[in-house]
Amino acid sequence: MSLNYILKRLAVMIPVFLMVVTLVFFMIRFAPGGPFDSEKAVSPEIMRNLLAKYHMDAPLWKQYLRYLNDLAHFDLGPSFKYANRTVNELIGESFPVSIELGMLSLAWALVIGILAGALAALRPNTLWDYIPMSFSILGICLPTFVIGPGLALAFGLWYDWLPVAGWSSWQHKVLPSLTLGLAYSAFISRLTRGGLIEILNQDFIRTARAKGLSETTVMVKHAFRGGLLPVVSYLGPALAGIITGALVTETIFNIPGLGRFFIQSAVNRDYTVVMGTSLLYFGLIFVSNFFVDILYAWLDPRVRYD
Amino acid sequence: MKLFLILSLVWSGLTLAALEQTLRWGNGAEVKDLDPSIVTGVPEHHILTNLFEGLVGKHPETLGPVPGVAESWTISKDLKTYTFQLRKDAKWSNGDPVTANDFIYSWQRLLDPKTAAEYSYQAYYIKNGKDINTGKIKDFNQLGVKAPTDRTLVVTLENPTPFFLKLLDHYSLAPLHAKTIQKHGIRWTRPENMVNNGAFTLDKWETNRLISVKANPLYWDAKSVKLTSATFYPVEKMDTEEKMFRSGDLDITNEIPLEKIPLWKKKKGSDYVGSPYLGTYFYWFNTKVKPLDKKEVRQALSLAIDRDSIVKYVTKGDQPPARSFTPPGAGDNYQPPAVLPTDLSRLAEAKELLAKAGYPNGKGMPTIDILFNTHDGHKKIAEVIQEMWKKNLGVNATLVNQEWKVYLDSVRLMKFTAARQGWIGDYNDPNTFLDMFISDSPMNRSGWKNAEYDALMVKAAKELDSKKRLAHFFNAEKIWLDEMPSMPIYVYTRNYLKNKKVQGWYSNIEDLHPLKYVWIGDSK
Repeated sequence: MSLNYILKRLAVMIPVFLMVVTLVFFMIRFAPGGPFDSEKAVSPEIMRNLLAKYHMDAPLWKQYLRYLNDLAHFDLGPSFKYANRTVNELIGESFPVSIELGMLSLAWALVIGILAGALAALRPNTLWDYIPMSFSILGICLPTFVIGPGLALAFGLWYDWLPVAGWSSWQHKVLPSLTLGLAYSAFISRLTRGGLIEILNQDFIRTARAKGLSETTVMVKHAFRGGLLPVVSYLGPALAGIITGALVTETIFNIPGLGRFFIQSAVNRDYTVVMGTSLLYFGLIFVSNFFVDILYAWLDPRVRYD
Repeated sequence: MKLFLILSLVWSGLTLAALEQTLRWGNGAEVKDLDPSIVTGVPEHHILTNLFEGLVGKHPETLGPVPGVAESWTISKDLKTYTFQLRKDAKWSNGDPVTANDFIYSWQRLLDPKTAAEYSYQAYYIKNGKDINTGKIKDFNQLGVKAPTDRTLVVTLENPTPFFLKLLDHYSLAPLHAKTIQKHGIRWTRPENMVNNGAFTLDKWETNRLISVKANPLYWDAKSVKLTSATFYPVEKMDTEEKMFRSGDLDITNEIPLEKIPLWKKKKGSDYVGSPYLGTYFYWFNTKVKPLDKKEVRQALSLAIDRDSIVKYVTKGDQPPARSFTPPGAGDNYQPPAVLPTDLSRLAEAKELLAKAGYPNGKGMPTIDILFNTHDGHKKIAEVIQEMWKKNLGVNATLVNQEWKVYLDSVRLMKFTAARQGWIGDYNDPNTFLDMFISDSPMNRSGWKNAEYDALMVKAAKELDSKKRLAHFFNAEKIWLDEMPSMPIYVYTRNYLKNKKVQGWYSNIEDLHPLKYVWIGDSK
């Protein structure tokens, strides 16, 4: 891992970032309807004043340059829909929630996925394999909008153990993170199983066992390190996917996360929020892939970036 | 001993719960803001009604006027000058007295073109209000409102406006604390900055999570406020809301999923509430395009839908079928001409009308596009109407669904043959429905123009005698129902769940629930 490589990756990011800014900026502007269209007829005078207030009366290229300039100062502008609130503020409030939900979900996904996958890999083609793997197929097939309300019904209403919606105490966080994590745990268990079975048949594992190492040491020190590589490479997209794709879970459990803004802003034509959330997601995907590449090199001595 | 301890703990918990006067209310969506001059929506209305008090309030049971900041008022003979006497003990939440100038400041701010308030037309009834808002008059002092003393407010109107008192409880016309707004700018609505004069003050505001208010000790009528606090939860998903209600996390929901209504109704002593609302669900007819340019076609289409079946099998929320355009109860003593059939009893007439228009049994009639915004409920209604027209008249229709903002654009530009629309009255008077169809009204998307109708509406606006005024509305609506520039389908209802512990909560046509009157307690 050279510094050179990191710098190269970062340098590539800048033109891509600018491209994303430009694309999103113009695409959302060209969609029919605007942020101030409403069911009530807005008189031309009020419309003019509204447009002036948000500098939307200027030609589009001027607005674009203005946006770039603000962006360079880390100012994402005012929200059109949520008057008197800035995009920085909205993201500042909701992004930590999304991160927390994402991290908790990922924790569930890893714990459940790796345990189930390892169990299956150690006793392939037995019930220890079939049962967890059947559940993982179920987990892949069932969408969150089925699992979520199901879990809420079971643990929130039938057994009154956990709250059905909201986001304040730790109890609130169990069901949503489990809902979101389950789908990913299904993938992870299959990746783990595949990776481990392949590794366990390799010569160096046999050598390790022949040396008289305990089974635990063989598994933890030798098999996992290589066997979990597929899982690690999946982590980047998974993390980005969990954080950006939490919309359904956020709506079901009424969680004040970023996903709701991401979708609602497009529906509301809240241009600045569309831009802000899209750019954030772009950054997120980029950064998570970047870290996975680094982690990958560290785990697998054969992988080297120059 | 142990048991005793547990019991006493449980007991103290119970008494605490009994004393805790707090209401948890599902409030639909996150508010746009809490600035009374800026916002327009229903979630904002629920909250602002409790934070700001106008000159005159409304009692939720009768909707009749009750004194607010004004303790009394006189109205001139020509119904154009209102003199309000402000109460001495009306205070802002920081202790300042509420003065007549606070109203003038608020109304000037609402009308200031720079504020770009979408609800500015609420102040158009005041003399020169519209001209100030549209920039024709630059001097704000020309607005028809004066404060001869700190406790006297004299308002001059453009026209006699019999419903003016009914507008005054609306948050857009509430007083504002100028110093707070000048000091904090756009951040004045944050809990740490807000200064307000209602029965409650803003306690917490967490985006997409909750907004909570607590009783205002400085409110002039604080002694009659029983709740100590209330929390508004922005829950967008109806299913989630219903689950929160069932698990005891909400006392009132905003809505209820359609398919759950029959289940909730069946329950004994049900928590379900279905009450009529001041709104009509209807289809615009584009009178500029074939075949809807012919009055007979519009009449036939309207006679050929079975409104009873639509409300019974499709909307299912106790909606009354529409028999006129203005919903029943719009305005004191107004009885709209209820001429639309609720079933297919006049189908023969519809067929004759269609034949007369040159399309016997629908032959040769161009296809009608029904435009609606993407939504399951609108789609189901459109499908049923499409089927009814086909079966009853032989008329073909196609369904066109568009995403919300695209749909708004199409409706505004009249790019449709028929299009769905819901209209909720801004105030409780037939005018808020009928003035949409005046020829030059910006809301009129039917393209329909009728000189006789316009003349009657002008007469009604100038009429001092309330009986005669309503007669003008009645005659105008009769013309409307004969001409059918739109097709009323049903009257809106509010359908939600309410815990029986919530007392002092009245169902009313304006869906108005000032929490000042609400408390938590056993019904008996």
